[in-house]
Amino acid sequence: MRREAPKTITDYTPLFFPGLMLVVFFVVPFSTMIVVSFFKRDPAGFYTPDFVIDNYARFLSVFFGSVLGFSLMLAVMVAICCVAIAFPFTYLLSRCSRRVQTLWLVGLLSVLSLSEVIIGFAWSTLFSRTAGITNLFVAMGLMEGPVALLPSFWAVLTGMVYQALPYTILVLYPALVRLDPTLLEAARTLGASPLRAFFNVVTPALRNTIVATLIMVFVFALGSYLLPQILGRPQHWTLSVLITDQAIYQSNMPFAAAMAVFLVLISLALVGMTLLVGRKENAL
Amino acid sequence: MIALRRLYFALVALFLAAPLIVVAGVSINEKQELTFPPRGFSLSWYGQIFADPEWRLALIHSVTLAVCSAAIAVAIALPLAWFLWRRIAPWANIFQVLGLAPFILPPVITALGFLTFWATVGLFGQFFTAIISHAIFFVTLPLVTLSLGFASIDRSLVEAAATMGADDRTVLKTVVLPLILPYLVSGYAFAFVLSLNEYIVAYMTIGFTTETLPIKIFNALRYGYTPTMASVSIFFVAVAALVFGAIARFGDIRRLLGAMGSDGN
Amino acid sequence: MSGLAINDITKNFGDFAAVDNVSLSVPHGTFVCLLGPSGCGKTTLLRMIAGLEEPTGGAIVLDGDNITAVPTHKRNLGMVFQSLALFPHLSVGENIAYALRIRGRAKEEQRKRVEELLALIHLPGFADRPVAKLSGGQRQRVAIARALALSPKLFLLDEPLSALDAKLREDMQVELRQLQQRLGITTVVVTHDQREAMTMADLVVVMGKGKILQAAPPIEIYRKPADAFVADFIGITNLLPIEADSAGRVTVLGTTVPGLALPAGMDKASLSIRPEDVSITAPREGALVGTVSFVRDLGGTIETFVEAGGTTIIAVATPRERPNVSVGQSVGVVLPPESCVVLKQ
Repeated sequence: MRREAPKTITDYTPLFFPGLMLVVFFVVPFSTMIVVSFFKRDPAGFYTPDFVIDNYARFLSVFFGSVLGFSLMLAVMVAICCVAIAFPFTYLLSRCSRRVQTLWLVGLLSVLSLSEVIIGFAWSTLFSRTAGITNLFVAMGLMEGPVALLPSFWAVLTGMVYQALPYTILVLYPALVRLDPTLLEAARTLGASPLRAFFNVVTPALRNTIVATLIMVFVFALGSYLLPQILGRPQHWTLSVLITDQAIYQSNMPFAAAMAVFLVLISLALVGMTLLVGRKENAL
Repeated sequence: MIALRRLYFALVALFLAAPLIVVAGVSINEKQELTFPPRGFSLSWYGQIFADPEWRLALIHSVTLAVCSAAIAVAIALPLAWFLWRRIAPWANIFQVLGLAPFILPPVITALGFLTFWATVGLFGQFFTAIISHAIFFVTLPLVTLSLGFASIDRSLVEAAATMGADDRTVLKTVVLPLILPYLVSGYAFAFVLSLNEYIVAYMTIGFTTETLPIKIFNALRYGYTPTMASVSIFFVAVAALVFGAIARFGDIRRLLGAMGSDGN
Repeated sequence: MSGLAINDITKNFGDFAAVDNVSLSVPHGTFVCLLGPSGCGKTTLLRMIAGLEEPTGGAIVLDGDNITAVPTHKRNLGMVFQSLALFPHLSVGENIAYALRIRGRAKEEQRKRVEELLALIHLPGFADRPVAKLSGGQRQRVAIARALALSPKLFLLDEPLSALDAKLREDMQVELRQLQQRLGITTVVVTHDQREAMTMADLVVVMGKGKILQAAPPIEIYRKPADAFVADFIGITNLLPIEADSAGRVTVLGTTVPGLALPAGMDKASLSIRPEDVSITAPREGALVGTVSFVRDLGGTIETFVEAGGTTIIAVATPRERPNVSVGQSVGVVLPPESCVVLKQ
């Protein structure tokens, strides 16, 4: 079948419904949010139309700076942990039989689809004093008595790595499963041990994939909004939490919107970088 | 090497399963308490999901939301993916970007966008706003699976049908749609499962008026503990595993997740 | 013994024996072609020699050392893959120097060796090019150079030329053979192309269903095939049923052919005769009678198809001995006994 350019208006019919829906319910809300970010807060209702940049000016505060810094640091740590765990794992998985791969993929998708609420609840249970992992350590004689491991920074980090790990594996999976297995065999016939071949053939050959995945996971982790609340203390709150908090509990929608716009800009810049990296890889 | 791989797989599996095992254990506690290993054995907390009117209502809300929003998501994605496959219209790719963006951006942004939008048009809190919001939020999933599906159709099949006298509409009905059906079903299933589990968009659109299951769990988490939370969580994991297991059983989940190139090799 | 010895090697995949109790002895410096249809086990055998598959049973011995349990990366061999497997993130020079680099050889030594090898494969000055920018033939050469970087004891190639077009493939066959002779390296090539095997090999090993059917020099394989499968797989042949009566007279398709004999105790067999050995004459005593059904005149050769006794016999002649027959004509087909090979049925 030859792909043709649409000629008549009827040829465009299939686009009407999707186009309409996406414009009305995505572009318009998005634009609304940008507009609202310049509005003034109305403590009684949502906002009053205006044009102020106060909402953006608040970014310059120490508080906001520390939240932003913490959010970025946390997301970077999550991205690094996830890729460090997931890359070798996904590589090994891609060398397994189809059956094993399928089983793992079903499991990973199931965990990935889990609500953040459930993940938060599950880890808060696992880290709790009464039903937590420390009971196991006590039973094994490693500890004197059970303790609560949360709220703490490490609990937040663990929960977020848990949330992002299946995502990381699934992002890496296509690149690794399509990697020509003879590349590794060639390295071995040339005298590289399997471990060495993994580090100086597989890893460099997928350098760009790894960078792109780091960025994707970073953006994914930036979006975590419940885990820091459930597993951490207020000082572990991220920008996403702050946005929710301002929008819902402080009823300061303009400020929330301004922060969201800011977060979009960061994410877009990073996604743009991913695309650039991807393009470079394809050009080779 | 093989032993090392087994160990590594076991560790990852343990990490992924550990919290679920604990939750599963908690969910069969006999009394309303948060202990593990469980004391006593009771499946009554699973019954609670359906018996307790509040949980049952939340379940009904969640299922309604997921069923409807996934259907609308597919209805948006199918013509779009078909158009992009059938026609050369570079500017139409903007719609593809729009379809992918809500899923790639941090969800809180999309959620806040919906909140401001529905508040501005004065429909804030209506149940259908959550359905539309979820449909847009998850349109990415059927869009990706359907694009993969279209890409895997050998265009000469369409040409063959045309030589036998089928027009565009007939080709679509007799060749393209049957071939695309598995991708359509999995796209729907992905959107359904994720919608069922989604919290923030649902919360920011209808959170004040209606409880879906994730909202209910979070509220319960804040206002005290009940083992029903654990049983609902396990129920959700089971539904997800069942749906994805079915996709794997009747389709090729490896292809859906990009194991083959877009040319279908 | 110096060289490669394969002793009773077996490889099972579940119930399926991909390689079934195969033994083969390859003297040092020999060029071996493993030849056979797809699924005959030739690639599996090569991969076991490389250590990429673990044999279910048997041993592989290289220069007197049993290397069956030695991991691939310690076997000191060079291998060219069907996909070539050039590392996409490395330049031509870095690809070739890979084996030296991971052994920690000095930069200067690496550079010198790369230059030597690039000269050897007629690509001087290509060291800094990215592999993606090379043509098919150039990639082929780079893969060969990379495999030879450490002057390995054993040079393995898995369908190395299959990605090239016909003309280039023939050139590369000659080049590869000349290279191997210059280096005197023991070489094993897997191919399904009998012409390729005939061009390059000292020893052709024909495989089928996991077993070696015949291992012999190319011309012997061609002239004296061990069985009907080999005869049919290598070149074109006429396979005809042959019978002996109690008096010892041998008939082919009902015609008595003088000078032919069956081994003792056998009264039925197959006869293989190459088309270029068959000659066409006027019908006469001792010749099979048949009717010309088709003549294919290719200029350089003339193929005559004769229907005789229910089968088609092909005769090939040069223009000088052109038979000058036409379709429908009744002719005699002469099978010179010295060119006939009698094969067990």
